[in-house]
Amino acid sequence: MADTIRDRVRKIIAEQAVLDVEDVKGEQTLEDLGIDSLGLVESIFAIEEEFDIQVPFNANEPEKSEFDISSVSAIIAAVEGLVKDQHG
Amino acid sequence: MRRVVITGAGTINALGQNVAETLEAMREGRCGISELDIRDVERLSVRIGGQIKGYDEHAHFNRQQIALYDRFTQFALLAARQAISQSGLEFIGDLAARSGVVLGTSGGGLQTQDDNYRAVYEEGKNRVHPFIVPKLMNNAATSHVSMEYNLKGPSFTVATACASSNHAMGQAFNMIRSGMADAMVTGGAEAMLCFGGVKAWEGLRVMSKDACRPFSANRSGMVQGEGAGIFVFEEYEHAKKRGAEILAEVSGFAMTSDASDIVMPSKQGAARAITGAMADAKMNRDEIGYINAHGTGTAANDKTECAAVADALGPKADSVMISSTKSMHGHLIGGTGAVELLACIMAVRDGIIAPTIGYEEPDQECALDVVPNEAREAQVDAVLSNAFAFGGLNAVLALRRV
Repeated sequence: MADTIRDRVRKIIAEQAVLDVEDVKGEQTLEDLGIDSLGLVESIFAIEEEFDIQVPFNANEPEKSEFDISSVSAIIAAVEGLVKDQHG
Repeated sequence: MRRVVITGAGTINALGQNVAETLEAMREGRCGISELDIRDVERLSVRIGGQIKGYDEHAHFNRQQIALYDRFTQFALLAARQAISQSGLEFIGDLAARSGVVLGTSGGGLQTQDDNYRAVYEEGKNRVHPFIVPKLMNNAATSHVSMEYNLKGPSFTVATACASSNHAMGQAFNMIRSGMADAMVTGGAEAMLCFGGVKAWEGLRVMSKDACRPFSANRSGMVQGEGAGIFVFEEYEHAKKRGAEILAEVSGFAMTSDASDIVMPSKQGAARAITGAMADAKMNRDEIGYINAHGTGTAANDKTECAAVADALGPKADSVMISSTKSMHGHLIGGTGAVELLACIMAVRDGIIAPTIGYEEPDQECALDVVPNEAREAQVDAVLSNAFAFGGLNAVLALRRV
């Protein structure tokens, strides 16, 4: 069976954080995982490539972005929403 | 040590095709940022820029020249013509041998690269024009200026991203000061507003889709511009003896490296460059009346720059005027410090301080006098021009009124 969106996002984040996928937990923040602003921008790029979606995100105003990056679970939910919106 | 003055200035940018038009736009707080008119713009998510509209290369250059001049070289040549004409210098004999060209650029002939990669990759062509290499090389503008005006002294191109032209002008300044040259043509040029040039910047997620609002709490990022700023720097006695009009004195320069991060700026690196330029110019911080900020309109730059200015100027930071003219002409990357030096000249020569336009909401982390939205009249005797590049390379120039 193909990996779920959840698995694929966790894999991208794990690679950025240089951790095993099992060590990336839903409640963790990017800060917990040691991912800085550049790492975040790279993760978003990897997500866009993986799911063939556009992620609305401006590094100057992350709090105003429609893309919730407050935790791993929030990112997964946001990606699920974008995949649904953009690929029906 | 010898003194160095500016005896000629030229420019072309989104605000105007010469110095007078540009300064008038800065005085009026006019915005030169508009919808980009470039090939494949519909495939970009960032579609604004400080593009020079209504520019026709055929109005300035013939077919043979256009085959050799990328857009950035064209801009450099047009601005150099204005600057050298204003200076009244003719480079012959000994003066030609003791005068050179140092220009900054980051992308060089990027449009030539973009066009020709398209031709071979997208259109599948197996042949390109024979002059692509001399057209795209980063030193093309420097070389063509030296050829056009017979400048035979020390000449080269500096590439330090967003600080390129400040680094270039710093070199020109020190060459005259030390006796290596008597006059230098210096500044920078950039023409990165092509599909590949904008697409690469989009990737960083720091570009604004609507406006450049430096220091404003609701800033949304940087906006690219294009153009050139070129100056004639001349040894003071040489200029005085021939009765040249002196626009300003270049009195100090400093450069530092953050040695920390490839994109995030450092307060310490920036503050050391500001302090260094003041020390080099023997300027007391209380003398500084105006700072032309790097002020890109990104959260990372604006907060770090304000903190660095506060550190370097101490209590004086509360009263100094600091503005970012990038809000009007956009970020010319390797040419930006050169166009911004015009605002510094206007401050010391004309007593007019260019504003930071698009300023809407105060930001507690940028609590300086950023000259919001409207130009101001003020007599200032000493000014600084900041440039802080990706890669952590910082270059600050100090100017005085003569």
